[in-house]
Amino acid sequence: MAENERYIIRATDLRKKFDGFPAVDGVSFHLVPGECLGLLGPNGAGKTSTIRMVYGFSPMTSGSLKVFGLDINTRWRQIKAAIGVCQQENNLDPDLSVLQNLEVFARYFNIARKETRDRSLQLLKFIALESRKDDKVTSLSGGMMRRLVLARALINNPELLILDEPTTGLDPQARHQVWERLELLQANGLSILLSTHNMDEASRLCERLIIMDHGKILVEGKPADLIRSHAGDHVVEIVNPGRDVKEFVDAHNFLHDALDHRMIIYGREADKLFDIIGDKFCPETCIKRLATLEDVFLRLTGRELRE
Amino acid sequence: MSGGLRITNISWRFIRVWNRNMLVYRKIWLVNFLVPLFEPLLYLAAFGVGMSALIGQVHYHGEELSYIVFIAPALLAITMMYNSFFENTYASFVRMYYQKTFDAMMATPLSLEDIIAGEIVWGATKAVIATAIMLAVVSFFGLVYFPHGLLILPLSFLGGLAFGTVGMVFTGLVPTIDMFNLPIFLFITPMFLFSGTFFPISALPGWAQKVSLALPLTHLVDLCRAFCLGELTPDLVWRIAYITVLFALLFPVALAVMRRRLIN
Repeated sequence: MAENERYIIRATDLRKKFDGFPAVDGVSFHLVPGECLGLLGPNGAGKTSTIRMVYGFSPMTSGSLKVFGLDINTRWRQIKAAIGVCQQENNLDPDLSVLQNLEVFARYFNIARKETRDRSLQLLKFIALESRKDDKVTSLSGGMMRRLVLARALINNPELLILDEPTTGLDPQARHQVWERLELLQANGLSILLSTHNMDEASRLCERLIIMDHGKILVEGKPADLIRSHAGDHVVEIVNPGRDVKEFVDAHNFLHDALDHRMIIYGREADKLFDIIGDKFCPETCIKRLATLEDVFLRLTGRELRE
Repeated sequence: MSGGLRITNISWRFIRVWNRNMLVYRKIWLVNFLVPLFEPLLYLAAFGVGMSALIGQVHYHGEELSYIVFIAPALLAITMMYNSFFENTYASFVRMYYQKTFDAMMATPLSLEDIIAGEIVWGATKAVIATAIMLAVVSFFGLVYFPHGLLILPLSFLGGLAFGTVGMVFTGLVPTIDMFNLPIFLFITPMFLFSGTFFPISALPGWAQKVSLALPLTHLVDLCRAFCLGELTPDLVWRIAYITVLFALLFPVALAVMRRRLIN
């Protein structure tokens, strides 16, 4: 790819409109080699629209987008040849067997016929599906299909792996199977762009996160930094809080969210006052815990239902 | 990758899409071969044995032809139309809409135009295979004059491209798979009946003859009949030109409607 390129992806003021509606509304971000960048956001935040522009599936309305230092508008074929994509839907080819799904896909990338068999078998081994190689894909479980989609995305030895909600709808076992493999790939230096609304997935796999909503980037940073700056270190959740708690919290200007039957108070590590709340107002009904990415997510994107 | 016509997005890679469809076709080749093998036998039995006795001779281009000699070339032309049209409507729609095969392909270096070109060339290939089998069957009954009859094979590719492209335009437009009934009712069935297939178009009233001459199947049938009878006349060039132009005009339309449908 282009010489001395510091960025795998570089997006500047990227916009996407659907019939005038701004699905992606001026987004700028970058991804450096070997990094896993996570796009977090509720449904309809613009994650998938952003990702689809990166792999040349969907044309941008305006802005600039370079992948491997090449302009996606003109060099899309070259860019797509070096990207692996796990789309949101399991669009495996139901007319083909498990092995054929990989072999035929390899041919779309122009991989020599001699090589396709070896590479396909190697990848089946990686996802532990060698024994199912001649089966129909429709006979696979959801988790197996997802692993096969991942293997298919790796058939061209991509320099960038794009994952659009890779574990949505999987049971915990299947999810961990996928994560373990992604961690292996990451350890080998593969650059990854991941969209998800699973907080565990984001904080486990990604060094850096972008939280999006309504087509815009809300915050960007390392998972731990985001938690510290937007939700503190510790959280106390009080069910059906009394008036005294509310007054105390207001008086001391605590960062908090007052919900209908629950108050969530965010505090610093060395916060004495925070300890007082725990001791004074918490008989049995309150929960003390560490702040999580989910706190950050809900604080930034709100708690109302989406779609 | 934005809207508009992108003929230049077609590369020789479209052959990979063709390869994929061929691989799937070969898995059930026996079933795929049975229809063109036995369908002409059914028609020849019904029309050759049953109807011939009622109809006798057909007057066509100043010649008296037995009914079976008259309809055998039409069966070949209809096979070209059906195989390509149905492949690029129902089968392509299933791959595009239900199986999301095109979506997966578009995450590879293939362009949408490669995919559509591959699908249409595949539809034409299916027409060639079915026509070749059927040609062998009707030749067995001495209904084809050789070597002229071999021209039917390249013709089936051209006819397949034209009718496959017509089908692909509808695939880009119909909201649901059931809606294909409409173009079949309005377009395919009238052609099947009124393109000089089962009776010469000279039997139609003047205005209907003119309509019939505008139908692409009419020209495909006349070409097949000329090749089967071994009577090559200069006017056939115009018929080939008509089908070629139809394909050349509709191919960019098929690309444009599919781009509008799939790229957003």
